[in-house]
Amino acid sequence: MMAESGAPTMEDLRKVVGAVTDPELPPLTLVDLGILRSVEEVDDGEATTVVVTVTPTYSGCPAVEYIEEEIAKVLDAAGCERFRVERSLNPAWTTDWVTADGRRKLTELGIAPPGPAAGPTPVTLGRRAPRAPVVACPRCGAVDTEVVSAFGSTACKALYRCRACSEPFDHFKAI
Amino acid sequence: MDPGSTTGTLPQGPPLLTWLLRQGDDNLILAQRLGELIAGMPELEEDIAVANLALDHLGQARNLYQYAAELDPTGRDEDDLAMDRSEREFLNAVLVEQPNGDFATTMIRQLLVDAYQVPLYEALSSSTDDRLAGIGAKAVKEARYHLDHSSGWVVTLGDGTGESHRRAQAALDALWRFGDDLLAADDVEAELAAAGIVPDPAALRPTFGSTVRAVLTEANLAVPDDPYQRIGGRTGFHTAALGHLLPELQWLHRAHPGATW
Repeated sequence: MMAESGAPTMEDLRKVVGAVTDPELPPLTLVDLGILRSVEEVDDGEATTVVVTVTPTYSGCPAVEYIEEEIAKVLDAAGCERFRVERSLNPAWTTDWVTADGRRKLTELGIAPPGPAAGPTPVTLGRRAPRAPVVACPRCGAVDTEVVSAFGSTACKALYRCRACSEPFDHFKAI
Repeated sequence: MDPGSTTGTLPQGPPLLTWLLRQGDDNLILAQRLGELIAGMPELEEDIAVANLALDHLGQARNLYQYAAELDPTGRDEDDLAMDRSEREFLNAVLVEQPNGDFATTMIRQLLVDAYQVPLYEALSSSTDDRLAGIGAKAVKEARYHLDHSSGWVVTLGDGTGESHRRAQAALDALWRFGDDLLAADDVEAELAAAGIVPDPAALRPTFGSTVRAVLTEANLAVPDDPYQRIGGRTGFHTAALGHLLPELQWLHRAHPGATW
């Protein structure tokens, strides 16, 4: 809810920015994905500016610019007059920042959520072998699954198949 | 070989600008090569893979170019840097501009790049420059995933059928002479490495070499016995291949300068 009169509160703004969704994964919000790092007021002399900081998931994620435009749109609609959207690369985004809500929504979409990304991803040099961790099928829960393609429909996903229920599914890669 | 008077043009500006263009150009030119393959790979999964590899490299190029644009004394933006420079102004290693050839050639080229970029970005992630550290920390995750893919294919092809082995060895023999250009260095790297801003390429060489040799051994491929190394890309001295690549990359931007959609 907006304040009755005057400028929107920071709480209002955090709420509308946090509710912006990812264009590739519509039910998931910026908060769910851990992309939204902060919404802060910065005093730059004459007035305060609202600074929204987001962090991209992959170097080449094409959704980043769209997301930044959406943030500008909702801030504008909320009556925020002075704002800017900043991109932060350090620390690098990790799938560990995807929230419990985000993981639940992924599963509901039929996408297996990422496991823990702690530590550097080991590189399996050589033979094309089972290279990924055990991923449970988001439909039937079976762990008897296999990688079909290490690369999927977007940079953040790999394609799997469940040997138990025979359904193909996306896995949100842990990075 | 010494590029001598055939050397290209290094940008005016701080050493970091030159370094960012060298690494950015590696990624842009490789992304363009990989992009040429989209819709032409032997199986659908590889089509998706090659598009994803290209996208990652393009994203890495943009992160590097955006930083370069801020340091450029002539005020060029990232599009100007990518689209308005000519052959002699590109500072990529000559390996990445080599044509795709057959699938073995594409994967051997990718293996050499990945074996270089993993330790490069790993080291960059602890740069004294916070922004470079962020770029490196993001990119190293992507580079590791790429290496996993390219090394898997090189072993599959090298240790596969007689025909796939023959082709993988031929691709390796043809590309081997372009490997060292990735690690070529001059005062730019020396000055930046001394300040802990970028890694010293000499420090990347052991990991690069051991990664490549480990994969080739498992792939049953022989390390080529070719003492010649073609150096010069880092100073704008390229092979003929780049001159043919750039028009296709740049023509739209040059035909319609400043167009947006």
